[in-house]
Amino acid sequence: MQTAVPSIRVALAFAFSAVLATFAPAASAAPYLPDSDDAVLERLPEKGDPALAELKRMRATLRAQPRDLETAVAVARRALDAGRTLGDPRFFGEAQAALAPWWKADDVPPAAMLLRATLKQSQHDFKGSLADLDRLVVLHPELPQARLTRATVLSVVGSYEAALRDCDSLVRHVASVVVVGCQATPASLAGNARTAYEGLVQALYYPSRNADVREWASTLAGEIAARLGDFVAAERHFLNALALDPRDAYLKGAYADLLLDLDRPREILKLIADDTRNDVLLLRLVLAEQRLPDQRGVFDAHRDELAARFDAARRRGDSMHRREESRFRLGIQNDPKGALQLARDNWAVQREPADLRVLIEAARAAGDADAEKIATDWANAHNLQSFVATTRGTTR
Amino acid sequence: MKIPQRAVAFLASALLGMPAFAHKASDAYLTIERDGRSLTGQWDIALRDLDNALGLDVNGDGDITWGEVRTRLADISAYALPRLQVSSGGERCLLAPTASLIDTHTDGAYIVIKIRGTCPAPGPTLVVDYRLFEGLDPQHRGLLNFIENGRSDSTALSADTSPRIVGGDSGGAVRQFATYFNEGIWHIWTGFDHILFLVSLLLPAVLVRRSTGWIASHSFRQSFWDVAKVVTAFTLAHSITLSLAALSIVVLPSRLVETGIALSVVLAALNNVFPVVKDGRWIAAFGFGLLHGFGFAGALHDLGLPAGSLALSLAGFNLGVEAGQLAIVVLFLPLAFALRSTWAYRRVVFAGGSAVIALVASVWFVERALDVGVFSAIAAQ
Repeated sequence: MQTAVPSIRVALAFAFSAVLATFAPAASAAPYLPDSDDAVLERLPEKGDPALAELKRMRATLRAQPRDLETAVAVARRALDAGRTLGDPRFFGEAQAALAPWWKADDVPPAAMLLRATLKQSQHDFKGSLADLDRLVVLHPELPQARLTRATVLSVVGSYEAALRDCDSLVRHVASVVVVGCQATPASLAGNARTAYEGLVQALYYPSRNADVREWASTLAGEIAARLGDFVAAERHFLNALALDPRDAYLKGAYADLLLDLDRPREILKLIADDTRNDVLLLRLVLAEQRLPDQRGVFDAHRDELAARFDAARRRGDSMHRREESRFRLGIQNDPKGALQLARDNWAVQREPADLRVLIEAARAAGDADAEKIATDWANAHNLQSFVATTRGTTR
Repeated sequence: MKIPQRAVAFLASALLGMPAFAHKASDAYLTIERDGRSLTGQWDIALRDLDNALGLDVNGDGDITWGEVRTRLADISAYALPRLQVSSGGERCLLAPTASLIDTHTDGAYIVIKIRGTCPAPGPTLVVDYRLFEGLDPQHRGLLNFIENGRSDSTALSADTSPRIVGGDSGGAVRQFATYFNEGIWHIWTGFDHILFLVSLLLPAVLVRRSTGWIASHSFRQSFWDVAKVVTAFTLAHSITLSLAALSIVVLPSRLVETGIALSVVLAALNNVFPVVKDGRWIAAFGFGLLHGFGFAGALHDLGLPAGSLALSLAGFNLGVEAGQLAIVVLFLPLAFALRSTWAYRRVVFAGGSAVIALVASVWFVERALDVGVFSAIAAQ
């Protein structure tokens, strides 16, 4: 693209600005002057998405009255949801901006505090998130949301016992499927994977009207089944969840990981075809394309694109991408040392099974017995031996 | 207690955890190249972010066309440029847009604003205060690439952090030391309050106090040692506080410091006319020198210390101040010693000069204490 003559490049920009935006390397071609007023330069996310268009209108309303808590909370919540669904961090910035009047104070209305804690978690500020949630739980013990969210964050940082205590306290306050779902991840990592899984399957057996909760619980069941080595069941759960929400980026990532483990890369191409703007999913796509000789050309472009995005994140000082970048370094760039450094840094803040796996794979590839011992000790302490055993080198 | 449907849906998605990161957070790419006092630069800002701030998509169809951007180019510059403040030597550099183009980055189309600027005051560093999209996106970052002497440095800027100091450390250690040394000399030569304080303490060094009044000193040696004691005490004192303040160990409000410095000049000069302290002038030099050190630190703060080589720049600046001060002493001592027995020295230079210094410094004192401009008011009339 860089070598194309300007007029062709400009024409391409007109016709396929979205495509260009996806594939253009970080250091793009020279700046240019469009030669027509009708040239479409940028397609905004709200194009064809009424919910996002509504969010934009709400933000305009909020700008006139930035201290209006009700509007601010509504905007932050919608922006947070959009950020999650689309995997687009600009929406997290918008959510944080909406909460600006309540971002730094200690004494904050519970709705704002809960959103603030959730946003901090999405920025991987687990300490800050837990501090807010601790305060919220003390001041507003009647809010099950606070405990539910705190259980999630505690699970992410590896405090499974504390997470379970929060889930247990939800009994009779929320629907039983939510309690079981809350318990499933920490319980499965605290040595009761089989029981936790069966509990979830049972809860899913009863029809629920809330599709979101069902999709969430199915995803969890898929993840736990995969860790137990039951890939057939795992796939069934993921497909059930996908039927309920085919756009969920987190779910697609989890399913793609299963397909990689099953060495069915071609199915990933279809699954992620429209998600190349999402870096987490682009990584899965690159890992899949690497195994498919007929995808060589696309693979090269996607690999360079992803490397550029990791560079860009590093330049802005983000450290949220270390887990993904470690996989990229190990599986794509064949740099076990760099991968291990990232995996270790990541492990210092995040202790999910995926983090453990990244650490163990990088440690083995780099031949670092010390790091491998850290990982296997953790696996032994949390009954993750079988999960670790299914782990194999991502380079093949 | 049953929680509302909406909350459950929201929490369910919250519980799924977040993909580590995706798409791209809001960044703008800023390049600033400095050559002496002139700046050239380029600022790439995402159209999507500008739409968020300025509503570029006028027809609301979700597409931003070149027409929609072209008609708002002036608005875009007027929004962006005031949110980028670059200063040098404590004074703001003037930045102006020279051209606007379009470019594509990994996450979409960007406007490219070409910038040209000049800094009224030269200085070793640039202080960059970046506030783009403040209040709209706290996670926005400006990725600055600062180029000077063929070297480039990258920094991430945001409205949340205090202004960033760039430059001052290109061109190697020797050059950097020399730059700050130079600034130190320059500062003492142009800092009249420091010079007048020193001169007030030095004027009596070539004289001896008798009950009948001041008479000429007989020994150059004695005068020399008197000067040496005063200068050493002053140097030692201000070096201590300059370092403490430059390293942010002790920080005093600048108005207090500046007022105190003016007062020190008044007292030093008055002591020549109505002597109170006779043999212990070096003690006064030390005591007030502590204050003057804080004053030097204020000047150094305006210049900016490059974070990577703070000690080197601080040492350069301090030694520059000493060198500048020594040059004044070397000029002063032989001249004053030669003229010491004349009526003109004792009456006009010593007594008259001290009185004028005391008067001028009193005006400074009032100006600085009350934050008013006496001299400028007189000049205006």
